[in-house]
Amino acid sequence: MSTLQIDFGRAKPSIVGIDLGTTNSLVSVMDLTGPRILSGIVPSVVSVQPSGEVVAGAEARELLLTQPERTVYSVKRLMGRGVADIQEELKLFPFQVVEGSESVLKLRLGDAVMTPPEISAHVLRKLKQDAEEVLGGPVEQAVITVPAYFNDAQRQATKDAGRIAGLEVLRLVNEPTAAALAYGLDKRKQGIVAVYDLGGGTFDISILRLHDGIFEVLATNGDTHLGGDDIDNLLLRIALEDIQSEWGEDLSGNPRAVQALRRAVIEAKEALSFAPSATIDLEYGDKRYQRQIGLDIFNKLIEPIVERTMGPCRSCLKDADVSVEQIDEVVLVGGSTRIPLVRSAVEKLFKARPHTELNPDEVVALGAAVQAGILGGDVQDALLLDVTPLSLGIETMGGLVSKLIHRNSTIPASETELFTNGVDGQTNVLIHVVQGERELVKDNRSLARFELKGIPPMPAGMARVQVRFLIDANGILNVAAKDLRTGLEQSMDVKPSYGLTDEQVEAMILESYEKAEEDLKERQVREARVEADAVMGATAKAREDEVYMTLPESERDEIDRTINELLAVYHSDDHLLIRAKIDGVDQATQGLAEAIMNSAVGKALKGTHIDA
Amino acid sequence: MQYYDALGLEPSLSLDAEDLKSRFYERSRQWHPDRFSRASAAEQDKALEMTAVLNDAFRTLRDPVARAEYFLKESGVELGKAAPPELLEEVFELNMALEELKGGDESARPQLLTARDRFQGMLASSDADLVELFGRGSGPAVLDEVRGALNRRRYISNLVREVEKVLHVDAAN
Repeated sequence: MSTLQIDFGRAKPSIVGIDLGTTNSLVSVMDLTGPRILSGIVPSVVSVQPSGEVVAGAEARELLLTQPERTVYSVKRLMGRGVADIQEELKLFPFQVVEGSESVLKLRLGDAVMTPPEISAHVLRKLKQDAEEVLGGPVEQAVITVPAYFNDAQRQATKDAGRIAGLEVLRLVNEPTAAALAYGLDKRKQGIVAVYDLGGGTFDISILRLHDGIFEVLATNGDTHLGGDDIDNLLLRIALEDIQSEWGEDLSGNPRAVQALRRAVIEAKEALSFAPSATIDLEYGDKRYQRQIGLDIFNKLIEPIVERTMGPCRSCLKDADVSVEQIDEVVLVGGSTRIPLVRSAVEKLFKARPHTELNPDEVVALGAAVQAGILGGDVQDALLLDVTPLSLGIETMGGLVSKLIHRNSTIPASETELFTNGVDGQTNVLIHVVQGERELVKDNRSLARFELKGIPPMPAGMARVQVRFLIDANGILNVAAKDLRTGLEQSMDVKPSYGLTDEQVEAMILESYEKAEEDLKERQVREARVEADAVMGATAKAREDEVYMTLPESERDEIDRTINELLAVYHSDDHLLIRAKIDGVDQATQGLAEAIMNSAVGKALKGTHIDA
Repeated sequence: MQYYDALGLEPSLSLDAEDLKSRFYERSRQWHPDRFSRASAAEQDKALEMTAVLNDAFRTLRDPVARAEYFLKESGVELGKAAPPELLEEVFELNMALEELKGGDESARPQLLTARDRFQGMLASSDADLVELFGRGSGPAVLDEVRGALNRRRYISNLVREVEKVLHVDAAN
């Protein structure tokens, strides 16, 4: 690192906050003035080109219209799920599931085959690059938000996606909690807050108590398959039927037409948040479909969807042991909360006018940045105490569940259970862990099977293996076993019911490295340019300092000359050349950097305040 | 007892709810894993461990019933499973009514609703009894009474659950 970099305080490696949404994603960072969004919205859409190149974000969203068969959206709905879980989804979304991918779902995008975490990793990589360009340095650590109601497998899949994208995921934060952080930080509020979060594909409700900077979640509830997508699909189905009766043509088998119509439907839906009526307008080939839809009709159509959010809200109040009257504030999060009917339903239920000061699309990402600030030590007085959304249990005799950790327990949370051998000489014990509230195993979500191995043979009931179940601050289960007779750690085989094994994730990381090497050169050039931007920016700033004019003219000329040289090679694709010219600027500006430093130190010694 | 240690308390059946809460917040600020994200792996593990126990402790101790169960278990007193003798006759009648409703005899419903309300009332008063008991220290005689109260409470609460299940299943049909 050059002296200039040090002297001008080029940013230390930042921890970014990422809102990995169903429809859109955002990246943010905490700086001295507070959380801030870096670069624009990145649509959570991924497309694989015939060349094998993967495109993510806005570009991919455009490709959805022209190359729908090699482009995928709303993949968050598939995170941590198996084929059997997603039959409903498959009726409504054009996911192309690869045959025979039972426990780990695989999708086909053109010629490529990818798992949902790999697809999400491409969105994350795009966010990472955007952040690196704005920050002018590498980004390797992140806080990623997930729906509060995400189960263990869905959380693990999100974490895997981060790893595959080359990010160390320091924390998964629940989206409604992140929103509360974003709202609560500058207000220092006390009291009880309800966060209603209706996004593209997920719904969460959380109730928190704010107390001297502690954000304590009392209860959470939700539906990980409920959101704006459902409204889109409803309108889409109606429009398709409409078109069939009007044109006598069924467009539903035509992916391009469906995507174009889907976009038209979304535009109409969004317009209805601000106008009493809107038109679904589709030009397809030489035909045109137009249908006006009034707010009253729209409200009637979506009422059942909005009503589906009310049950979880009531359960959440009950679990939090809080009455509607005790709720001090209601916060709205997620694009779908712009819909007037959603707002009025929330207002009616909680008998309070909801907060909407912060952009509902950005508030989660802003909160993620605050949590990143907490982890990085930049935010000292705030602390988040979150809960696990679902009860954790193990299978017992007769397919029943014995609950170990109840839902809405503050995390980290743990429980120990003693296991023994059922018959003489039994050396293995199988533990089936499930998540959910129902009494029967089959009605809950299978999480994983742990096999305790190598128990010394002994008479039935004599073995003593203590198993510790611990849900960490990310809401992810960790299991450890100890043989109480020997005091030794007991080895265990873990088979996740859904999702990737550690080995599979490692393989994907390796593969992504290999792919990365292919475009290593391109990346090096990009990085060199990022650094050039930073150097030139820092130099321009330094020139504004009064010290600059005290330099000898020759030195100032030398700075000009090296900057011009750097500019001349800036667009070349030789990263070594760009770097050589950066070094030139660094050399030429050394005197300037020192002079500014000295002047700053002088001022500081005089007790004058200087801005960082 | 580990849960009391985690909150810096001497073991006692009687606890002040506000004091417990402020101890919990104070220790959370100190030990939460968020405070250790740049620390060594060993320190991170320790923070995770401390916080998990702290959370488990707070969850258990703030609830009088869970606290009493924990206290008895740690004192080596086992909870029984026998039905409280004074309830036997009533439970017998209740079971008959439950069977009738399960068999489709709707005339049993009002009786069950009344029984449920009565048992819920008993639950509330047994909670008050527990708190009153807590005030009398933790000598063997008190522990024995607490044990009796907990058994009775658990038994009644299972009854209420059973009745509600039958009432709901039927309402859904």
